Amino acid sequence: MSGNVATAGALAPRRRRRSSIKNERRWALCGSYIALVVFAIGFLIPPYFELVTSLKTSQEIGSGKSPWFVHHLYLGNFIEIIRNPQFQTFFLNTVKVTVFVVIVTLVIAILAAYSLARMRFFGSTAFATGVFLTYLVPESLLFIPLFKVLSFLHLINSTWCLALIWPTLSVPFCTWIMIGYFSSIPKELDEAAMIDGASHLQMLWKIFIPVAMPGIIAATIFAFTVCWGDFLYPLAYLFTAKQMVLTSGIVSNLIHGDVLDWGHIMAANILASLPPVLIYAFLMDYYIAGLTAGATKG
Amino acid sequence: MAQVTLRKVSKSYDQHVQAVKGIDLDIADEEFVVLVGPSGCGKTTTLRMIAGLEEITGGEITIAGEVVNDIPPRDRDIAMVFQNYALYPHMTVFDNMAFGLKLRKFAKDEIRRRVDEAARILDIGELLARKPKALSGGQRQRVAMGRAIVRHPKVFLFDEPLSNLDAKLRVQMRTEIKKVHQTVRTTTVYVTHDQVEAMTLADRVVVMNRGVIEQVGPPQELYHSPATRFVAGFIGSPAMNFIPCRIQGRGNELALRLADNLSFPLPPERTQRYGAYTDREMLLGLRPEHLTELKDQARPNMVRLDSRLDVTEPMGMEILVHFRINGTAVCGRVDPSVRAIAGETLPMSADLNHMHLIDPETDRVL
Repeated sequence: MSGNVATAGALAPRRRRRSSIKNERRWALCGSYIALVVFAIGFLIPPYFELVTSLKTSQEIGSGKSPWFVHHLYLGNFIEIIRNPQFQTFFLNTVKVTVFVVIVTLVIAILAAYSLARMRFFGSTAFATGVFLTYLVPESLLFIPLFKVLSFLHLINSTWCLALIWPTLSVPFCTWIMIGYFSSIPKELDEAAMIDGASHLQMLWKIFIPVAMPGIIAATIFAFTVCWGDFLYPLAYLFTAKQMVLTSGIVSNLIHGDVLDWGHIMAANILASLPPVLIYAFLMDYYIAGLTAGATKG
Repeated sequence: MAQVTLRKVSKSYDQHVQAVKGIDLDIADEEFVVLVGPSGCGKTTTLRMIAGLEEITGGEITIAGEVVNDIPPRDRDIAMVFQNYALYPHMTVFDNMAFGLKLRKFAKDEIRRRVDEAARILDIGELLARKPKALSGGQRQRVAMGRAIVRHPKVFLFDEPLSNLDAKLRVQMRTEIKKVHQTVRTTTVYVTHDQVEAMTLADRVVVMNRGVIEQVGPPQELYHSPATRFVAGFIGSPAMNFIPCRIQGRGNELALRLADNLSFPLPPERTQRYGAYTDREMLLGLRPEHLTELKDQARPNMVRLDSRLDVTEPMGMEILVHFRINGTAVCGRVDPSVRAIAGETLPMSADLNHMHLIDPETDRVL
């Protein structure tokens, strides 16, 4: 009998504790969902507003009706923007320079990361830290000195000046991602390759790059996004429509004085943000895998 | 023909920590040599110096007569199997094995032939199209060995290749490695911390401790005639018992004294050898199989010890019994038919024919 009493006494608090764990879990879940919903709404309102506005005529935009719904679907803004030769120039310029910068960034970042992660030399750790510190210097601090550099090189108001400038934004972070990724590759793998007869370049090309592909994809997406969305440098260095890229071009050329052609601006914005969205959608998993590997093992 | 020689080879890090302290070693062509010792004894560093993965601080290493101190690993004509396999994760088993040959620009037919041959020896023919992540630990280790075999190198280097495998697979792979060596007959240097692996695989075992070689010899020689206290204690499982003792007496009448009331005459053939060590603190080394239950038939130099057993461990084919001799914990082996119960007294006998006497000042076995 006494045994039974003892068992019941022991079970009672345990049961209570279990239900409290369940409760705690439920509250934690509720809290997370509320935070996530607030966060998602906050971030999705601007693109939603952009999309809704781009599907309206100028009259409807100015009519004072609710701005959150489309009353008469109108695709004219998109058609006109796509046919607009200036927009086509901006788009083409952005694609050209971005692709070029992404390639240059990857070549520099991969080579730099390989040497910093794997070839021990005097000051390699200081270099690696230095690379990261460079990334911390904001654009707004750099654009005046860089203006001086570009004028010296006679590259002001040339689309290709961005090919020189954008790597200052993309290379440090991509190098950092790649250092983290390369460091997570076991050392025995290069030793095995070394014994198999591989040179450093062969090791990089045949072992490191294929193994670190998720990291490379993450770096590619990062470089692409940084270049595609950069606003300050194009605004500061490019003046004529022929040389402009999407970000500065839309603002400078679709706003005439104090006349804001909202329908066209929003349609242009939607079209301009499509490529990064598509790239994210397809490569999202790689991007996250690449970032976390770099973050935890770098 | 690929002998490997090490002459006064040393390795130090940051000019302070000396991992290997000027070792000399001659490895004959086709010989299977195992470097064994506890963690940090310098065995892996020695292997990595032979491979060229660590620079040599001092001394000289030759492979097939050629000094290789400054030759990079790829030109040393060696192949290495790593503890964690180090397979290239993005390549198939075939490509993993063919990688070294492709880099050396072998013809496609020759690569195919060699990979197939290695796959046949290791019985991995069906795995050639798979990626490493689809293989079990044992299969991965076979592929790692295959990668070494296809190269037909002068020397195979193994760095604790079985440490990542479970106990059963380890025993199986040990046999495989021995079989492969009997088929391929290549000079092999094998590093392990497991003395059973060392004993079973090696033509000769090199026991290392604190950066120096304690003893080199065939497994049986190391077991029966260890040169130092370290080797005596390291080789053999359960380990050799060390019991404090004194040699007393004169001339041919020497006695081994373990305690005030525990003294035995020394075997006559040993009196001359031990005569110089009388009246000093010494250590008696006795393997567990030489501390057994008292047999009916008395044999020369078997002495009786009555012991209260502390712990008994039935192993099936034998029982390990733990007891104390004058306060020192020792382990003996008795026949499973003996009634050995912890807390009870069991008449035991020590076989002094197989005793070792160790000088604690030099730690050498006399």
